[in-house]
Amino acid sequence: MRDGLVVKGVQFRDHRVVGDILDLARRYRDEGADELVFYDITASPESRSVDRNWINRVAGVLDIPFCVAGGIRSVADAEQVLNFGADKISINTPALDRPELITELARRFGSQCVVVGVDSRTESDGYRVYQNTGDPAKTRHAGWSTVEWVRQVQERGAGEIVLNCMNQDGVRRGYDTDQLALMRENCGVPLIASGGAGAIEHFADVFQRARVDGALAASVFHSATIHIGNLKDTLRAQGIEVRT
Amino acid sequence: MSAGSVAIVDGGGANIASLRFALQRLGHDGELTQDHDRIRAARHVILPGVGAARAAMNKLRAAGLDQLLPTLRQPVLGICLGMQLLCTTSDEDNVACLGIVPGTAARFEPSSDRPVPHMGWNRLALARREPLLEGIEDGAWCYFVHSYAVPCGAATAASSEYGRLFTAVLVQGNFMGAQFHPERSGTLGARLLENFLTRY
Repeated sequence: MRDGLVVKGVQFRDHRVVGDILDLARRYRDEGADELVFYDITASPESRSVDRNWINRVAGVLDIPFCVAGGIRSVADAEQVLNFGADKISINTPALDRPELITELARRFGSQCVVVGVDSRTESDGYRVYQNTGDPAKTRHAGWSTVEWVRQVQERGAGEIVLNCMNQDGVRRGYDTDQLALMRENCGVPLIASGGAGAIEHFADVFQRARVDGALAASVFHSATIHIGNLKDTLRAQGIEVRT
Repeated sequence: MSAGSVAIVDGGGANIASLRFALQRLGHDGELTQDHDRIRAARHVILPGVGAARAAMNKLRAAGLDQLLPTLRQPVLGICLGMQLLCTTSDEDNVACLGIVPGTAARFEPSSDRPVPHMGWNRLALARREPLLEGIEDGAWCYFVHSYAVPCGAATAASSEYGRLFTAVLVQGNFMGAQFHPERSGTLGARLLENFLTRY
């Protein structure tokens, strides 16, 4: 999301408008998506809050759960998003700036609606967390190894972790199943894979090899390269249990 | 409040935007209220619930709703924590609930492959045929978010399984409940709400 429009970039750059938000929400609902996530990617770097009126319109058309990310820095921000009808809130850079925020949100709203997004990049010495990833000029290393941060956010009350493997984002070569499998070993709450989906077999691969609870994708769905209904039929035929 | 109306009991703090939207999609306006006369006059009453059992019961007691709700004769639907509140007690802080349906909500035991809260899509197993479940198939998927669950009993109309079997849908006379969120359970959820509004 940027300025009320849906955008998608390649490795977080060069965003282009891909469609009206309500049309996309309806389309994915009808295709059989199990959950939708809306990111306001410009919110954190520019130190501003999102215009949240669109959340209420999205809540009006969706009959599946949805999560909102971007610019949520306080209990008050989260309360507004949830009152507009979102089921979950996802925080990323604000959690790195002030990890206590995770605990505050979990105490106030329950762990079940507190998602922590983690942007992780492969470095020579392992997997490292990055922050302010919405703006390439401000993106920087957050000072955590990804394994340490994944453990930390669970201790602080996160109910779900979305792990975005930045090396893979938008390039459609498949999820980083090695990294995700390692995080799975360190993650006792639902783990969602993000970054790199380009073909149906990538989804089957990440469920089977990394045992994630969900797989998130944007480009392949926005471009209609993959239809969610077809994807689920294929996964089901391979013995992976998915909602009908 | 006119006939055909839906009263949503205001237990305080519960996020009900998605529930109101779900009712609107079915052509009904749910009114959020604590007013005894309005609740008594409503054609249908919904008791939603998000959060902790003790806080929710304290809110109901403060408004005298713990006395009113068990006396209602029209169809009443508890959703999620609201369903648990219809029961006798909750192990969550050992809180006494409304005592309408026998049963005690007990916490799930977390394990390495079953984190608590139980969050996400899971399947229904129908225990018996009820008008509330008309058009809903055995094995249908619905969306759950909860840490406590009511064991199966005489009122259980459908169960689900998360380490153990628990009540997913209950029906006891005019009192009904769904442990899952019908407002977030796609066409199955809409069907359950529609059944509640049109078949009772």
